[in-house]
Amino acid sequence: MCGIAGLIHRDGASAVGSEMTAMLQSLRHRGPDSTGFAVYGATAPDEYVMRLKLAEQEDMTTDHHIREKIKQRQAEVDKRLSELGAHLIEASEPTPYAFRYRLRYPGDTRKLAAEIEQIDGAEVLSFGSALELIKDLGDATQVSEQYGLKGFNGTHAIGHTRMATESDVDIRSAHPYWAYPYNDIAVVHNGQITNYWIMRREMERLGHRFMSSCDSELLAVYTANNLEQGATLEDSLKASLNEIDGVFTYLVATDKELGMAKDSMAAKPMVLYEGDNLVALASEEVAIRAVVPREIDTSDPYDEEVRVWQR
Amino acid sequence: MATLTRSAPTEQERISHEMGMHTEPLKGRSIEKFFDIDLGEEHGFSLPDAYDVDFNKRAEIDASNMTPNAVNLRIRELMQEGCGSIVLKNPGAKHSIAVGILNRLNLIIDGSLGYFGCGLIDGPNVRISGRVGWSCAENMMSGTILIEKNAGSQFGAAIRGGDLVCRGNVGSRTGIDMKGGTIIVGGDTGAFTGFMMQRGRMIICGNAGKNLGDSMYDGTIYIAGEPASLGVDAVWTEMSDLERAWLERKLSMYDLLPAGGIDRFRKIAAGKQLWNYDNLEPTEKKLVL
Repeated sequence: MCGIAGLIHRDGASAVGSEMTAMLQSLRHRGPDSTGFAVYGATAPDEYVMRLKLAEQEDMTTDHHIREKIKQRQAEVDKRLSELGAHLIEASEPTPYAFRYRLRYPGDTRKLAAEIEQIDGAEVLSFGSALELIKDLGDATQVSEQYGLKGFNGTHAIGHTRMATESDVDIRSAHPYWAYPYNDIAVVHNGQITNYWIMRREMERLGHRFMSSCDSELLAVYTANNLEQGATLEDSLKASLNEIDGVFTYLVATDKELGMAKDSMAAKPMVLYEGDNLVALASEEVAIRAVVPREIDTSDPYDEEVRVWQR
Repeated sequence: MATLTRSAPTEQERISHEMGMHTEPLKGRSIEKFFDIDLGEEHGFSLPDAYDVDFNKRAEIDASNMTPNAVNLRIRELMQEGCGSIVLKNPGAKHSIAVGILNRLNLIIDGSLGYFGCGLIDGPNVRISGRVGWSCAENMMSGTILIEKNAGSQFGAAIRGGDLVCRGNVGSRTGIDMKGGTIIVGGDTGAFTGFMMQRGRMIICGNAGKNLGDSMYDGTIYIAGEPASLGVDAVWTEMSDLERAWLERKLSMYDLLPAGGIDRFRKIAAGKQLWNYDNLEPTEKKLVL
């Protein structure tokens, strides 16, 4: 059934890494297969953060040569970054297969992401000046500790606990999805998209890439496509209610906004808390209570409801 | 041909007619049971194997560090000890709290509940100061539940009896598969409210989402506001004076009588065209739908 959560602070940065961890941990029963975070912090004006993986978690136990392969892939990433003129500020390796690069790059970031993804086994999970996308197998606490999210300060975040129903249990099928190749846009989704293949073919004809066979990835690609056509986030969310078929509730975050859309059947849950300085929403109220541990007024958004909040 | 005669109405029938519960052309047996405390225990409301509780004996539970299972077991233990009034503090929007209570009990929940709160209950009077999540009071048989704030979707799914009242707004599919009892919504309700409703009454003081009363078999919906649309086979119909009186009494009980009074309410019932659906020709089916 999956659990999704989002929060946005309107009064500056907060410990969104810890907050989202607490929210997702309380939703663990909705999906124990994998957990993912899209957290929005702040880097220097001309800097970007790229999160990428160079192997799947399961490769570490099934492929005897994987460590060597990852080393080669990482060397290739570094080489290509250098060739493209990117200036590497810092590289870290939270897990043997996942990497974080902080870099300066004056050119077209889409081209850079595309070049990196040409490397065998490489997938750019996120790219942007605010977004950092982390996802892995395990519950929220495990993933958060593994990737050192506890100390992450930022303004907003979305997250997901996954119960795999229509695709594999692996990192590529875990949420959130980055709206490739758009910097700083991420999507989490709870539901089933019934016109997935029709829409996927349409998106592929337009030149968009899919990394998994998870229906939720379509929402990220679809959002990216709409934004490319000049739509606002709100326009895109509204259009999805007519064009995407199925039962779904999903959240989209950009560097400045957090948005939600609920399908016409209102079949997937969402509870909303709107405080003066904090907006929090989740599949269950218990997740909101994890960050607002007092009596609060909450409500359920209705069918076909679209909301967007600015930070 | 033998004539059909009937005996004088029983006390229960008299009360139910007085309350306007038999004005609809319903067929089959009613599962409504009426309880008059003045008539004594043998004529009133009792449950087999229920605990004998004293409403003046009061206890408190702090649910902060308890699992839902532990909370429910503690409620049962307290009822076994004869507590007729229980205050539950810090429920923290946990799921499945106060389920399966088959007893008379005054339960005050100081806070909000998660999903499936007060499900499968038969008898208690529950007052919740906060909000409830999805599927509150599912399969409730009797008693009352009063929620001060909002409620999630599937509110009162398949209830058979009792009064389920929410002062705030309610999510989608309110009263889905409802088979009796009364649901009162003080604010707005979402899409597909009354979906496949089979019996019972629903009062909506605000507006309703699309497809109100979709595919309802029977039962009645009273609405003061506007529905976004009526569902398949739900039709506007006339309200009797008895129903007006019942509405006024019922809403006054919960202090939910709107400023405009009862005249603002309109009645929706099943058109009952779908009942013969299988006998229709394809062209006729199109007309019905």
